[in-house]
Amino acid sequence: MKALSMRLALSVAAATAFAVPVLAAEAPDPSDWRTVAEVAQGQTVYWHAWGGSTPTNDFIAWIGDRAAERGVTLEHVKLADTADAVGAVVTERQAGRDADGSVDLIWINGANFAAMKEADLLFGPFAEQLPNWRYVDVEGKTVTTDFTVPTEGYESPWAMAQLVFVYDSARLREPPRTAPELLAWASANPGRFTYPQPPDFLGTTFLKQMLIELAPDAAALQKPAGDDYAEVTAPLWSFLDTLTPLLWRKGRAYPETGPRMLQLINDGETDLAFSFSPGEASTAIANFQLPESVRTYVLEAGTIGNASFVAIPYNSSAKEGAMVVADIVLSPEAQARAQDPEVLGYGTVLDLAELPEAQRAAFDALDLGIATLSPEELGQALPEPHPSWATRLAGDWVARYGVAN
Amino acid sequence: MAEGLRLERVAIVRDDATLLAVDAAVAPGEVLTLMGPSGSGKSTLLDFVMGDMAPGFRAEGRVRLDGRDLAGLPPEARRIGILYQDPLLFPHLDVGANLAFGLRGGTRAERRAEVAAALAEVGLAGYANRDPATLSGGQAARVALMRVLLAGPRALLLDEPFSKLDAERRAQMRDLVFSRVRRAGVPVLLVTHDAADAEAAGGEVVRL
Amino acid sequence: MLRPLPLLTAGVLAGPVAFGLLGTVLPAFGMLVPDAGTPWAAALDWPGLPRALGVAVLSGLLSTAGALLIATLILAGWHGTGAFAWLERALSPLLAVPHAAAALGLAFLVAPSGWIVRVPATLLGWERAPDLLILNDPWGLSLAAGLVAKEMPFLLLMMLAALPQVQSHRRLRVARSLGQGRIAGWLKAVFPGVYAQVRLPVLVVLVFGMTNVDVAMILGPNTPPTLAVQVTRWMTSPDLSLRAVAAAGGLILLFATLGVLALWMLGERIVARAGLVWVRAGRGLPERLSRGAGFLLAAASSLMVLAGLAALAIWSVAARWSFPDPMPEALTGRSWARFGPDMLAVAGDTMALAVLATLLSLALVVGCLEAEHRFGFAPSQRALWLLYLPLLVPQVAFLPGLQLLPLALGFGPSWPLVLAGHVVFVLPYVFLSLAGPFRAWDARIARVAAGMGASRDRVLWRLRLPMLAGPLLTAAAIGLAVSVGQYLPTLLLGGGRVTTLVTEAVALASGGDRRAVGIWGLGQTLAALLPFALALAVPALAFRNRRGMRHG
Repeated sequence: MKALSMRLALSVAAATAFAVPVLAAEAPDPSDWRTVAEVAQGQTVYWHAWGGSTPTNDFIAWIGDRAAERGVTLEHVKLADTADAVGAVVTERQAGRDADGSVDLIWINGANFAAMKEADLLFGPFAEQLPNWRYVDVEGKTVTTDFTVPTEGYESPWAMAQLVFVYDSARLREPPRTAPELLAWASANPGRFTYPQPPDFLGTTFLKQMLIELAPDAAALQKPAGDDYAEVTAPLWSFLDTLTPLLWRKGRAYPETGPRMLQLINDGETDLAFSFSPGEASTAIANFQLPESVRTYVLEAGTIGNASFVAIPYNSSAKEGAMVVADIVLSPEAQARAQDPEVLGYGTVLDLAELPEAQRAAFDALDLGIATLSPEELGQALPEPHPSWATRLAGDWVARYGVAN
Repeated sequence: MAEGLRLERVAIVRDDATLLAVDAAVAPGEVLTLMGPSGSGKSTLLDFVMGDMAPGFRAEGRVRLDGRDLAGLPPEARRIGILYQDPLLFPHLDVGANLAFGLRGGTRAERRAEVAAALAEVGLAGYANRDPATLSGGQAARVALMRVLLAGPRALLLDEPFSKLDAERRAQMRDLVFSRVRRAGVPVLLVTHDAADAEAAGGEVVRL
Repeated sequence: MLRPLPLLTAGVLAGPVAFGLLGTVLPAFGMLVPDAGTPWAAALDWPGLPRALGVAVLSGLLSTAGALLIATLILAGWHGTGAFAWLERALSPLLAVPHAAAALGLAFLVAPSGWIVRVPATLLGWERAPDLLILNDPWGLSLAAGLVAKEMPFLLLMMLAALPQVQSHRRLRVARSLGQGRIAGWLKAVFPGVYAQVRLPVLVVLVFGMTNVDVAMILGPNTPPTLAVQVTRWMTSPDLSLRAVAAAGGLILLFATLGVLALWMLGERIVARAGLVWVRAGRGLPERLSRGAGFLLAAASSLMVLAGLAALAIWSVAARWSFPDPMPEALTGRSWARFGPDMLAVAGDTMALAVLATLLSLALVVGCLEAEHRFGFAPSQRALWLLYLPLLVPQVAFLPGLQLLPLALGFGPSWPLVLAGHVVFVLPYVFLSLAGPFRAWDARIARVAAGMGASRDRVLWRLRLPMLAGPLLTAAAIGLAVSVGQYLPTLLLGGGRVTTLVTEAVALASGGDRRAVGIWGLGQTLAALLPFALALAVPALAFRNRRGMRHG
């Protein structure tokens, strides 16, 4: 059920080994947008997206209403894990179902994207032909590479994410801002910190963040993990060996997901959590899910950031409709809504300076929320390591800490 | 004699043991009484005549009704009515619907009139809309009798029909039943272990 | 037309199990799934296997023994008293509460920051919840406790139904007149007979305790999870080759289950032998203590489930609700406005599935019972085992095959497949519930009607079925509740694309939104309970002027 695994890469490789790629007879031309919009009328788009967060589900439902205005029916297929959608496409490729596939749009990034792109399971390039692409902040935000892999128009960005730490200021005055500080604080306050159980993507992100903090040379992480893996990760494992008995439940149980970790703060079980969405804490406060005293911060040396994308499988039965939905997601209206902490609190991928006056005003009017950091406070996001690191970290973590013996 | 009910060398067998053997005939309007202790296969004989014998039993011989061999006919095609010691009124239907259950043909109004006349005949005029569970034992027994007669049976079986009534009602009910069935002119087979029943029936008595 | 129905029903029960086991065995040996590799080796190499198996065995044995013990103590100590009547009323609705919903409620109740701890926390002013490993503990003790609370009412009601057949009152009177205490006398004179009657349900509870997925996902351990949960994870993994590993894992669990069943039966003999020694020794029991313990345990476990459901209800309307407040700061309808419409839409789908599965099952069951009546088919002990077959073979051992084999034949996970899967599990319960009243119906009524010229079909439709309206509706309500509770068949046979209240509720449990969990859990509970209310209300209303239709 959990993401990012070696198994996935293997299965994608297996799929391509004995499948002959067949390109759909009438692949749409994204540059002919008028035709795309016309053909999209009446199509139903099955958007496979993680369904574990209710604000996100509400946002996708809102996108569906906008799509309906353009004659496209949007169905949100709620996934426990993005890899499920990738698996569905792989299965269809193996079964020779090269057209009329069941997945039309996937919320994707990182290893899943890298695997699908490499296996030719994606339709495109299309992203840079979307009408709203002209507002995208190509220079300032990492929207054309995804975990070091160039996107080349095979996926369209829709939200910026950056790791922020979440704490209850009423219970914790000075939260730790480096890995050693975290360890020191945990030994003084055992049982008050935990992280989602890898291979959950947020839990794996925590491992990567700590690896960046602790690795002798973080630049090595930008290349695929190779022979240097053991050496680079050794400080991380020794850090975790010390940390684990100091964790909530002494590391014998873990929350399954990020939202569950926030719940633990609300329940007074832990004092520190983290989120990949800078506005999530404010949204959670607004939804009564966190105490009003909760605040966020980033580590001294910065935190990992990346963009979320949408991609269209090669065998989608509604590629035109999927492109229309991708374009709606990029629209200033949708982007401003996504950034509203009352709704989602996701960072926009647009360059506000490029927007028409009225639409920029909509962004300016947003109250980012009591617990949300300003772009200056967030600072420059650290680049994601190459996906191979996450895969191996998650696998090793499960072997070391995931099975009690 | 072509008319009436004939039991031709009928035997009820269970596990190769013959429980009961009888060879008899009943003319229309007559009552044949079979008397015997419980467990003698009397009720099974009635089941056989009805055409619905429980598994485990076997029957030999033939049953003829008005000259016709009943073998192979399903129970509903035989038109042989039966009365048990319990009135067995259908609890989910009102008294009128119970009586109308066996009526065939005619308009609604005609059927309703027939039911009303039958009720009046046994002193229960105006009871058509009653819940059968609210009737006294004697009333229910009378409704059950009229119900089976209204269906127009070609023969009638009585399985200890009076054994659950108290002594006074039993005598009344016997008179009512035997006078009605004679008037209906159908052959009647009565099984009982009560000699008074046999006496009141007034017909041939076979002891098993 | 009716004659082949019993055979067809047997096919419906045994076919999927056999077909599914075949579909599980083949991939486990490297067939059917492309690039399967060596599934056995992969499953046996899984480092969590020893612990996952150990937890499965432990939770199965503990939950069964616990539920059986409490149910027995309650019956022995309290049957026929006013307290028992009260307890029976409190427990009956619990039977219909879906496992997942009950588990979700319990999870909030017993967590170290849960409702129970909040009482001392508020009084003593704790700001932080104690760091106790209560939920998701590595040995699955909370899982076993949750299962006890949910299975005890089931066993109790099954035993209650068996009491008249063993003439418990007379036996107990005899035993007590011989100087036995109430509980000791009951155990010595009544229990052996009752146990013989409920042996199959007990085995069902044992298998369920070892192999359930939804309760284990909510209350069970994670490092590693139970084997059944791990098999489900392998099964739903995007990597198809892992389905072969899942198949091998399912077979390992099947063997383990067979082993534990054998162990249980051995235990039965040992207990019987020891019981004999005890009877001969003529010793009694600490009567008062046993009575008190039985009542306390039963009352506590039913109160826990009810309180858990109440917690779900409160969460669904809670504004901010932080530790250690025993109640939310304020109540709000916002969560219902947010999740209610979605939940109701899925509730509609869930009920559509449940109604169809129940109608199909009812048709088969009524057809079977009517065929039994018309053609004199005698129900055998073997038929009873057949009926219990889908409940005794672990779901994770044959559902993977039921997904993989049709897939290999080009028939992917789909709604009709889910429906068929639900029928397999609904049918036994519908049959068990309806068979008694149907067979007890006075066949003389059919003869009376036949004598009036009514055909057998007319007798069935106009007399037998209307007269059995109450039991039919109860059987239907049980069927609906069983369908509403089906997690694994829906998940696996629907390939994740068929969502029902239970799949959504379990998926949400891993996220943290308790308000959403509250609404979905409550929705699932109501979907299971409302049909029971209707089954009571409809005949009462329709036959309000028919005294003879009351009490069955």
